[in-house]
Amino acid sequence: MITDIHGFWAFLQASPLLWLAVTLVAYQIAYAIYLRAGRNPLVNPVLVSITLIITVLLATRTPYPTYFDGARLVHFLIGPATVAMAVPLYAHSERLRSMLLPLGGALLVGSATAIISAVAIGSLFGASTETLLSLAPKSTTMPIAMGITEKIGGSPSLTSLMVTLTGISGATMAGWLLKLVRIDDVATRGFAIGVTAHAIGTAYTFQLGEVAVAFAAIGMGMNGVLTTILVPMLLRLLMRH
Amino acid sequence: MAAGVFHKWPLRRLRPLPIVKLARSVAQRRPIGKTTMVFALAVILVFQLGGEIIVHLFALPVPGPVVGLVLLYVALTINGGVPDNFRASATVLLQHLMLFLIPATTGLMMHFRRLGDEWLPILLAALGGAAVTMALTAVTLRLLLATRRAP
Repeated sequence: MITDIHGFWAFLQASPLLWLAVTLVAYQIAYAIYLRAGRNPLVNPVLVSITLIITVLLATRTPYPTYFDGARLVHFLIGPATVAMAVPLYAHSERLRSMLLPLGGALLVGSATAIISAVAIGSLFGASTETLLSLAPKSTTMPIAMGITEKIGGSPSLTSLMVTLTGISGATMAGWLLKLVRIDDVATRGFAIGVTAHAIGTAYTFQLGEVAVAFAAIGMGMNGVLTTILVPMLLRLLMRH
Repeated sequence: MAAGVFHKWPLRRLRPLPIVKLARSVAQRRPIGKTTMVFALAVILVFQLGGEIIVHLFALPVPGPVVGLVLLYVALTINGGVPDNFRASATVLLQHLMLFLIPATTGLMMHFRRLGDEWLPILLAALGGAAVTMALTAVTLRLLLATRRAP
């Protein structure tokens, strides 16, 4: 009987069924908490979900790669969802086109600030060189950031941590920070969130409406491309000192 | 008068082929039926695939889905609009973007040791960097939009 249970557990652990179920149930719980808390960004669904899942993984001594193998199907849907962003973008294309120059200017400032502030704060508080290199592309989406880090000699998995923390920080502080600097325009809010906090920020903009999503998506996309160009250039300047 | 017009179009009086009927019912059905959701997903996956192929061919530094996004955007522009049921399917996908990010984000647990060693610079860089970036981007955009509207 005991061996049966162990065998069954081994089977479950290796099959996608268990980890897909854990991921979806954790998200449902996290989302219910989020709604109950009046969409308070401190209980951001991503943050609560990963806390629940990590607790389950640690309690069952399941290594992360085993979990990720199982939950791969959910992870895969990031790609189609990214492509689907063309729909809100198209719906607001007229407004986007009329704002192209201001958006470009703001992007240049935002992208450079993201890289310089990360490396400056990191080195000020004594981060190692490997951590600094992994910090630089942290405001872009995960796949772009990991590609950049590989090229400049940082650690891709450490970058994924930094990208995650930046996304959660950005989504959590967006509400009060943008109120603090008195930004009322939904398009401006969306763009700043997309540039800073990539996909996690863009997911957060869904509660601000379709306009914010469109501008967050364009901010995220444009920043991804610009960061690949800026990181090697800025690092050469920054690392000299 | 109307009857006369129809007489000049004998095709109108023919029964539509079953495939035409099916296509019409798919196109007119407002709520997302099984067929339309799967159709939308197929279209999206084909665009993602196209993006992936272009990135590979030209060794671009951007991820395939971002190129797929651009391709779909161009296709929607050529089409001159988003079909209703396609929009509904795309919205369903986008509404759950947070869910899709969870498996990769859980990877944070791989870095507990590094977090223990360098938690202060890492946390401050994430929080401070995000705050400065977001505020500066938003303020710059507001400024540029205002100066452009002013004259």
